[in-house]
Amino acid sequence: MTPPMTAEERTALIAARPDQARGLLRQMLRVRRLEERCVELYSASKIRGFLHVYIGEEAVAAGVMSALRPDDAVVATYREHGHALLRGVPATAIMAEMFGHVEGCCRGRGGSMHLFDADTRFYGGNAIVAGGLPLAVGLALADRMLGRDRVTACFFGEGAMAEGEFHESLNLAALWDLPVLFCCENNLYAMGTALERSESQTDLALKAASYEVASWAVDGMDVLAVEESARRAVEAVRSGGGPHFLEFRTYRFRAHSMFDPERYREKAEVEHWMERDPIASLRAELEASGHLDADDWASITREVDAEVDAAVEFAESGTLEPVADLARHVRSERSTA
Amino acid sequence: MKTTYREAMRAAMRDAMQRDERVFLMGEDVGRYGGGFAVSLGLLEEFGPQRVRDTPLSEAGFVGAGIGAALGGMRPIVEVMTVNFSLLALDQIVNNAATLLHMSGGQFNVPLVIRMTTGGGRQLAAQHSHSLEGWLAHIPGLRILAPATLEDARGMLWTALEDPDPVLIFEHGSLYNVAGELADDAGPVDIDRAAVRRTGADVSIITYGGTLPMVLAAADSLAAEGIDAEVVDLRTLRPLDDVAILATVAKTHRAVVVDEGWRSGSLSAEVSARITESAFYDLDAPVARVCSEEVPVPYAKHLEEAALPSVARVVSATRATVGAGEPVAGHA
Repeated sequence: MTPPMTAEERTALIAARPDQARGLLRQMLRVRRLEERCVELYSASKIRGFLHVYIGEEAVAAGVMSALRPDDAVVATYREHGHALLRGVPATAIMAEMFGHVEGCCRGRGGSMHLFDADTRFYGGNAIVAGGLPLAVGLALADRMLGRDRVTACFFGEGAMAEGEFHESLNLAALWDLPVLFCCENNLYAMGTALERSESQTDLALKAASYEVASWAVDGMDVLAVEESARRAVEAVRSGGGPHFLEFRTYRFRAHSMFDPERYREKAEVEHWMERDPIASLRAELEASGHLDADDWASITREVDAEVDAAVEFAESGTLEPVADLARHVRSERSTA
Repeated sequence: MKTTYREAMRAAMRDAMQRDERVFLMGEDVGRYGGGFAVSLGLLEEFGPQRVRDTPLSEAGFVGAGIGAALGGMRPIVEVMTVNFSLLALDQIVNNAATLLHMSGGQFNVPLVIRMTTGGGRQLAAQHSHSLEGWLAHIPGLRILAPATLEDARGMLWTALEDPDPVLIFEHGSLYNVAGELADDAGPVDIDRAAVRRTGADVSIITYGGTLPMVLAAADSLAAEGIDAEVVDLRTLRPLDDVAILATVAKTHRAVVVDEGWRSGSLSAEVSARITESAFYDLDAPVARVCSEEVPVPYAKHLEEAALPSVARVVSATRATVGAGEPVAGHA
């Protein structure tokens, strides 16, 4: 893992940038509350299909997104509501998408697993494990060929590291020295298959390093550590340092999807990780150091709840795309010679 | 000018890279080796390693990278050496290239061209002789082309690159050495319509790609027997040119579909179904098909020949369709 900050360094970091720490807390809470509402709405049959929530892993997206520029690109997975939200896709458009409404960010054609947004260069939303990695390599190739100093951040779970597309992509990115930040969200389970049951080498950063990609493991439950490592890695990638790989060690508190009885892990293990809840931990730390009081917290939760309420209201009042438009967007509507 | 299919395709790539700086070629051995089928020979020297990129043997990786580069503003030509290897990239082709525009509600189009060799007939055995373009023609979101002539080898690529969405070009391996005359000013051609390659009144033989020369030879042979066949080259396998298909059937009232793919679930099945759905009452005979036998393509020459469509099988199926018997010995 990246050298852990000492208690003194950490205190100094928070003291130097308390607004930033509070900001990260707020960003994580936005994801948490949005996801909690998604679960409720799924139970109420407002959201259908597959639904994978990010509860427990919020520190990863919050930390990495804060290190990116608006013109960078993001490629994510099917557990991507949080990534989309923190990348800047409006909560209203995300929620309307999950309702299948035309006001959604993909007009209701993608749903929970396929959120896309051109304005924020958010390239999905990929439901095939590891399927997004080659896209990220290509986006970075285009930037390289066009002389742009943009970074492509590519998120994937540790399960993706057993896929051929992971290996092909890391090799290609390293071979061509492309500006990709590979962000592995190691939540220890590929659906229900534990890391040690799917990988011969469970030190994932070591595995990535075998491609001559600079690689580190990071405590993914600590948003300050995530932000710090992501910022350094993004700077290195942007300044021509080639692809970088960060393994964020994190944990999914909820089931894989809404159809998962969780037979593959012990409740005690979940409870153990929940003690490291990234939101509760940072909140406690900020309170203890005098950088967050009850009013601050009340204000943050009020704002976040209002945002989520507004998103649900927006989605509830959304409309359905006319069935007459079913065949649109299969091919572009521009003429083709 | 005198040229070959291979040279015409190379000229098309050179022209595209000269016209548009965003166009680049990548694939296995397209650079230093000159291309698995020598199509890109010389392009590395002319355009340099940035625009003629040798890739590792990573079909999913570099096809996906082509999709990403297209999303990022480039106009990639990705060469997959053969359709057989493209099976390793089906995830990227089917799950990403074909779906991104739709899943994103129209936000992200993928202006990508993928070229690959297809087909059998060269004693390359089962894993190197597939004709799977019909499979890919099943997928909404893709445009599938099968250039069968020098004009199309020269002209389809640029039009494909101008398409804002993914286009797959299937080049039958038996066509690369086909030589002939091509106009000096040959340039882009449409990629929407089928073409009548031979006009005829008695029967329509509908085909595409590598079997076009075979079908034209069969038509010549049939003409000597007094059977006047019209030959339709589909050119674009998705979307199919229904107008042209129905027009030729309305004219001749009889159709034979020739397709190197296996019969079951094939492109020939689709063409035949469309004819029966839309022109049933124009037909004077059932639609006939000449396809590959339902076996993995064997190595031994006599068995491979027996497995693939041939002039003799096309002639025989066409005779049956027009109600002519097999000629007696000494006749025709």
